[in-house]
Amino acid sequence: MNSDKITKSVLFSVSILILMLAAGMVYSLVGGAIPAFKAFGLNFIISGEWDPSEGRENYGALPFIVGTLLTSFAALIISLPLSFSTSLFLGEYYKETKVARIIGLLVDLLAGIPSIVYGLWGFYVLRPFLIDLGFGGQGFGIFTASLILAIMIIPYATSLSNEIIRMVPNDLKEAAYSLGATRLEVISSVIIPNARSGIVAGYILAFGRALGETMAVTMLIGNTNIVPTGFFQTGNTMASVIANQFGEADGLKLSSLIAIALLLFVITGVVNALGKMIIKKFS
Amino acid sequence: MESINTLLDQDHSTRRLLKDKLVLAGIILFSLLTVSPIVLIISKLLVKGYRQISLDFIIKNTPDTYEAITAVANGEIIPGGIANGIVGTFLMVVLASALAIPIGVLTGIYLYENQGKRMSNLTRSVSDILQGVPSIVLGLISYLWIVKHVTMGYSALAGSISMSIMMLPMIVRSTEETLKMIPQTLKEAALALGVPYHKVILRVLIPTGFSGLLTGILLGISRILGETAPLLLTALGSSMINLDMTKPSSAIPLLIWEFYNDPNMVDLIWSSSLLLMAIVLILNIVSKQIIANRR
Repeated sequence: MNSDKITKSVLFSVSILILMLAAGMVYSLVGGAIPAFKAFGLNFIISGEWDPSEGRENYGALPFIVGTLLTSFAALIISLPLSFSTSLFLGEYYKETKVARIIGLLVDLLAGIPSIVYGLWGFYVLRPFLIDLGFGGQGFGIFTASLILAIMIIPYATSLSNEIIRMVPNDLKEAAYSLGATRLEVISSVIIPNARSGIVAGYILAFGRALGETMAVTMLIGNTNIVPTGFFQTGNTMASVIANQFGEADGLKLSSLIAIALLLFVITGVVNALGKMIIKKFS
Repeated sequence: MESINTLLDQDHSTRRLLKDKLVLAGIILFSLLTVSPIVLIISKLLVKGYRQISLDFIIKNTPDTYEAITAVANGEIIPGGIANGIVGTFLMVVLASALAIPIGVLTGIYLYENQGKRMSNLTRSVSDILQGVPSIVLGLISYLWIVKHVTMGYSALAGSISMSIMMLPMIVRSTEETLKMIPQTLKEAALALGVPYHKVILRVLIPTGFSGLLTGILLGISRILGETAPLLLTALGSSMINLDMTKPSSAIPLLIWEFYNDPNMVDLIWSSSLLLMAIVLILNIVSKQIIANRR
């Protein structure tokens, strides 16, 4: 009896450890970010100027917030037709066939490729290809970064929607077929309405993934610390500015980078919580 | 009049069927387009990287810039290898796993045993949120905790900590999901025989769910193996093999980043990426195989 109590309290205290870990992370980020927020106040979020020169240091996170949201949204939109087609391919048209198993494996492997390898491929293959197509300049920028991000988030969007599409009850589909519906009509009037919230949740989670990607984006976005005004312009994201500017940072600059990390933490947390909430409601 | 109607009807169904076929063609096309990057990336790595792969590549340290310049100037392949990165990655992954696996598995068991209770719901949500935290933020956290306060400088330990925080939620989740699939009766049979609770965990739950746990662990390891961003803020890199975890250490992805930024070494990126990809893909395929066998 006594040993059971010990086991239970060990399990309990280990899970407390996870809560403490999360609380500690928030505490450290907030603590580190305070000097930046004290110095710039609300301006930290709405100022578009990032100027590290001695004496007139000014750090505004707006270029990076805009850059992050812009690349992630664009990636989501680019990946949408691809991943949605693939999830229909895997979850409906070729469900439980050998072809689907191979395609499914390849999509899963796409999730296994390290970010830096995507970056290299983007830099040495995709970027020259875009230049050849006539996308001007050096091929760096929001668009190139979004393209590689789109490929990176496809597996996350695909796997969840595929599961959900697969779960749509057969009798619903058969009822539609018996009324003479074509496969496309079954998809658009039975499968999609039934699987809608699950599919949406999958895309929200994929969006959350895109927000935090660092290496591949850093290698392709051009790393300019100004608010991007166009889709084909260079820019920077919250994750990549941390990676880029961290090496030489201390004092107010370090605190500003920590503040950006805190903002990124909050944004991804909200996006992920939203996705999970929809999934929970759905199941 | 009637014949016109049937004609229109026929026209209508042909259009519907045609649309159906067109969409299917589009879906097949887009699905193939979706998986094309993996084929393109792997073939690019193979074509550009295979020449560099040799025994030396695995057992020697990174060459210095001078060696690299001379080799490139003479049209030879760059000598040396990435042993410092391989050892660094290995050590950091082992330590990260040693921290994350026990904590993750125990938390997973806790969540499984306390379904629906408020405390376990909270832990589950927090663990889910941790899973979504970008790796660069975890690197920064580990910098603030370990680099600044424990090792007083960049260190392999800090890299390990950031990796283990990344791995932890994955293991929690896979443990709980695995245990949920074990028939309740197995556990009840053991308890009915008067087996103490910790032995039920060690002798019944963990062995029965072993393949599931292993899958989660392998996927977790394959995820942290390729992480670069957090290591830039923690392990920093080193040109030598370093076994002291409190000192800076190299890692395969860190070396790829260094090679990428050094015009003299840039030829080495392909072979290093090839090696990294090979390890990651093998881990992925092995774990998928384990899942397939269980079904």
